[in-house]
Amino acid sequence: MSETDLLRAEFPLLAANPGLHYLDSAATAQIHRCALDAVVRHETGCRANVLRGSHRLAEAADRAYDAARTSVARFLNVASADEVVFCSGATAALNLVAHAFGATLRPGDRVLVSQAEHHSNFVPWQMLRERAGIALDLLPVTASGELDLAALPRLLSPRTRLVAVTQCSNVSGAWTDVAAVVEEAHKVGARVLLDGAQAVQHGPQDLRALGIDFYAFSGHKAFGPNGIGVLWARGDLLAGLPPFLGGGGMIDEVAIEASSWAEPPRRFEAGTPPIAQAVGLAAALEWMGGLDWPRLREREERLCADLIDGLLAVPGLRLLGPPASARRAPIVSFDIAGLHPHDVCQVLDHHGLALRGGHHCAQPLLAAFGVDACSRASLALYNDEADVAALVEGVAAAVRTLA
Amino acid sequence: MSEGLDLYQESIKQMAAAAHGHGQLASPDGEAKLNNPLCGDRVHMQVALQGGRIAALAHQTRGCLLCRAAASLLGARAAGLDAAAIDAATNALEALLQEQAAAPPEWPELAMFRPAHAHPSRHKCALLPFRALQAAVRKTVATQTTNSPGRTGHVRS
Repeated sequence: MSETDLLRAEFPLLAANPGLHYLDSAATAQIHRCALDAVVRHETGCRANVLRGSHRLAEAADRAYDAARTSVARFLNVASADEVVFCSGATAALNLVAHAFGATLRPGDRVLVSQAEHHSNFVPWQMLRERAGIALDLLPVTASGELDLAALPRLLSPRTRLVAVTQCSNVSGAWTDVAAVVEEAHKVGARVLLDGAQAVQHGPQDLRALGIDFYAFSGHKAFGPNGIGVLWARGDLLAGLPPFLGGGGMIDEVAIEASSWAEPPRRFEAGTPPIAQAVGLAAALEWMGGLDWPRLREREERLCADLIDGLLAVPGLRLLGPPASARRAPIVSFDIAGLHPHDVCQVLDHHGLALRGGHHCAQPLLAAFGVDACSRASLALYNDEADVAALVEGVAAAVRTLA
Repeated sequence: MSEGLDLYQESIKQMAAAAHGHGQLASPDGEAKLNNPLCGDRVHMQVALQGGRIAALAHQTRGCLLCRAAASLLGARAAGLDAAAIDAATNALEALLQEQAAAPPEWPELAMFRPAHAHPSRHKCALLPFRALQAAVRKTVATQTTNSPGRTGHVRS
């Protein structure tokens, strides 16, 4: 068995569907068996609410939940597990920042986002603009969908309080030059939020090295369960923010007249958190932490380059993203002249290829590309040469079918 | 042949390619724009009514083959129909997609959408132009009834 075959065997859905070419990991990565096992083990061994009980099950649940926070902190290489806030997903994490950090902004303050953002890092800032009277600035993209960092200095001002950008586009696959963003943003005193949703499935992160202030990602894109996400923020920053949601677990004291807040991270986790999901995510991240990422990344990059080369041989096909030679993630979006991506992906599904066709919740970026929708193949560590070959053949078949 | 995928039979491809009714009316009585927010497909439907019936129809459709075929079918067939008939056709298409119901005798062409029954994510693609036409006709009838009660005919209660 090849290394990829062995990896696929660790993913129950892939193991049960040997003919499936799953190329939609940018939407949802498949769940690793260790994450599923951890969820089942937790739910059958120590299911109880956290923070509220003194019985043994509750204490076991507390320990498991705290350990999950530590696993996330290790995966992100951050200073403290207390900087890790669990929420329902990256969207919830980003909205949390838009509300909690947004509450510290004043009319006339500015937030800068890029045109490459997923709607989840775009719409919350538009909503904050309506709510708080801030100004929203837009960092354009280049013709290949990369952030146009040459435009960044002139878009920043002393009123810019936050630069919120993607670490990796979910459409173009372009990686952001985070160091350049951080350098320019911090020059004017702006904080930097990085949407890491697409990055985490390609290996552990080093947030201390990146020098950012906020980071968000989803568990289901990191081979973990649905319904769990993470917001990381610098401890001193979190300590100064008001809560977003109110309820149980996030208070220090509730009196008739007023309430006071718990210290972070609990301040931002109102209500019963997704406990088993956090435990499952931690298992997935611990598993990822033990892999040989330089080698896996090299293979992902080689497969991505092969895929781009194969697709570009299809007449009328246009790549929406940087060329294979660029520093890019294995997320390959394309448009075929005269064919709608829904139809293309429908035919591909018929050939056992799971791809996504649509706007990918990135309509501003698609507008920059001049298309309403596109087809997207996204590769993860369980994909191999057979997936790439099947997709290239499948696209040719789609052209024949739909022409 | 469509290599085993009967969704893309020739009839549906030809109907989409024909693009009956594609364009804009010089002076529409009413219009409606509908999006499918999940995928970004959009239909802009314009109508001119006489006596509550469609005298002219034009649409600008941005979408997949199913969506464009459905819009084209309406462009070819909707003239002369009133709101009740458009509702009936829409309901027939919905039943055909969801329950594999037979196409009604007055709309045999709807049968081309039957293979989409197996693909629930595509039902809205075919229905979007019908929903847009329903909305355009309803809005126009309502406006004409308000502005000039004698001008329009049947108004569905």
